[in-house]
Amino acid sequence: MVIADVPTKIVYKRPSVLDPQVTHYCPGCTHGVAHRLVGEVLEEMNEVENTIGVASVGCSVFAYNYFNIDFVEASHGRAPAMATGIKRVLPDCTVFTYQGDGDLASIGMGEIVGAASRGEKITVIFINNANYGMTGGQMAPTTIPGQVTSSSPTGREVSRQGYPIQTAELLATLGGAVYVVRRSMHNAREIRRAKKAIRTAFEVQKHGLGFSLVELLSTCPTNWGMTPVEAREWIEERMMPVFPLGDYKVSSAVADLKF
Amino acid sequence: MAKEMIKGNIAIAEAAIRAGLQAYFGYPITPQTELLEHLSARMPELGRPFVQAESELGAINMVYGVACTGKRVMTSSSSPGVSLMMEGLSYIAGTEVPAVLVDVVRGGPGLGNIAPAQGDYNQIVHGGGHGDYHMLVLAPASVQEAIDLTVLSFDLAEKYRNIVAVLLDGSIGQMMEPAELPPMQPLKTETPDWAVRGTHGGEKRVLTSINLDPPAQEVMNLRLMKRWQAIEENEVRYKSYYLDDAEFVVVGFGTAGRISLSAVRAARDKGIKVGLLRPITVAPFPKDVLDNLTQNVKAFLVVEMNSGQMLEDVRLVVRGRKPVEFYGRMGGVVPFPDEVLTEIERLVEEPITTEGHPRDRWLSRLAAAIG
Repeated sequence: MVIADVPTKIVYKRPSVLDPQVTHYCPGCTHGVAHRLVGEVLEEMNEVENTIGVASVGCSVFAYNYFNIDFVEASHGRAPAMATGIKRVLPDCTVFTYQGDGDLASIGMGEIVGAASRGEKITVIFINNANYGMTGGQMAPTTIPGQVTSSSPTGREVSRQGYPIQTAELLATLGGAVYVVRRSMHNAREIRRAKKAIRTAFEVQKHGLGFSLVELLSTCPTNWGMTPVEAREWIEERMMPVFPLGDYKVSSAVADLKF
Repeated sequence: MAKEMIKGNIAIAEAAIRAGLQAYFGYPITPQTELLEHLSARMPELGRPFVQAESELGAINMVYGVACTGKRVMTSSSSPGVSLMMEGLSYIAGTEVPAVLVDVVRGGPGLGNIAPAQGDYNQIVHGGGHGDYHMLVLAPASVQEAIDLTVLSFDLAEKYRNIVAVLLDGSIGQMMEPAELPPMQPLKTETPDWAVRGTHGGEKRVLTSINLDPPAQEVMNLRLMKRWQAIEENEVRYKSYYLDDAEFVVVGFGTAGRISLSAVRAARDKGIKVGLLRPITVAPFPKDVLDNLTQNVKAFLVVEMNSGQMLEDVRLVVRGRKPVEFYGRMGGVVPFPDEVLTEIERLVEEPITTEGHPRDRWLSRLAAAIG
């Protein structure tokens, strides 16, 4: 059989902004997908060489190993403050933080609220996987009621351990935040929608409109004790009722944005 | 430029601007606030970034971000606020990026009060944040010196990629006295090779303080220590007064040193051969000059506005070869020159010893005096 004449077309390749590294993320974890979406967007916007990333503490502490862009590494929760400093002195650079839920919504709540309320022209990629992944799956501010974690072994009991924080809803109330949305990584359709949101968030920054944040519901099969497929189903069935997908803040200037 | 009456905090702020400060981040706290207030007006006027942060944690991490871009950056605070900054200072040290911190010390521990004190010597000189690192610490005793050392702090920070702290107390921050500000320097235009700015066709740069491989971390630790040795070698600064023929030497930094100078002059008027050593760099500590003095003098008196924190550094150099006595006031109480003069006279007249600990003797005298 001769196949030489069959035309080939590249439909998928690694964005050159991503280093061909062996991943340190667990099988079935969606951090890698989120990295790829950020990389694709920066490449499409031709911003790769003009971008500075701020990594945070948690599983994504080594995010800078995967991106061929300038990076700094913040202390736990302080990435939005570091990004504030960088963006203020390098206003023409694209500056983003990549933070998990323990980092952003617990120890770093002060910094994220400060940055959002000031309308810092930075973009925040916020990974919500309902637990502290790096330290082995403890209860996070995003852990849902009843969820078993290594520090809520009988399930999160709201009378004792309080309620999960709905970060996107909370930050959307702040004047400086102009684009705040929640998306999910649990299926191909939602991943495509997530990419569109990430693109919008970076465009918001490029156009100097204000603070932008994309919350991504993400899997943590290892700490959830599930297969990757089960983990994706768990997002849909258990997380999404607590963290509904949607656009929580789209300012009129953002709505008018053309790109 | 002519001398003008200027308040310490404002003088430092304006000196920093003229030294080419490119960004400032801070949080209000007494007795430092005028510094932040002055910059809140001046920095935007000059088109330079100023942010009143959500907290000292926010402020120091904004500083950390700018430090990673290689631009001239500063924050300022006072004791409780500086405690909150310790995390960020350790990260800045661990990333080997330059930054300037102004600490206008107040009475403590805890909320303490807003009066002048030197109780944060150990925090700034011997640690504070976690891990092995040193800050270069400059201790002015007047508004003029605060201006001059602020200008110097930026050069030293950049030269060594090290944090430089300007350590003063509330009285220098709050006091007005005649001083001359430096001329306006142009802003730095070059960016150091290591600083992040976007790759723009080059290799990526990663600035981080994490190093999971212990031997590699140790290499970094050794580099920091080697740098500190170079700082100890090159950057010791102090002022000496009447030391040439001194039989007795008072050692004090900042305001305690300045008050001691009045006492030393009064003692000289009484014919006592006493001098003053006032460290300007409390880190690196002026060990060599103190060691030389130890050969020639009869005894030392350390005066501080704390419970004898620098005293331990003096004792490490003197090593029991000569008697060392201590006099301190704490909690925001500023000693009068007369109190120090009495201590100098006691040193001359009463039997002195190299036995025991000077702090214990001071505490027993203090207890008798104030109950």
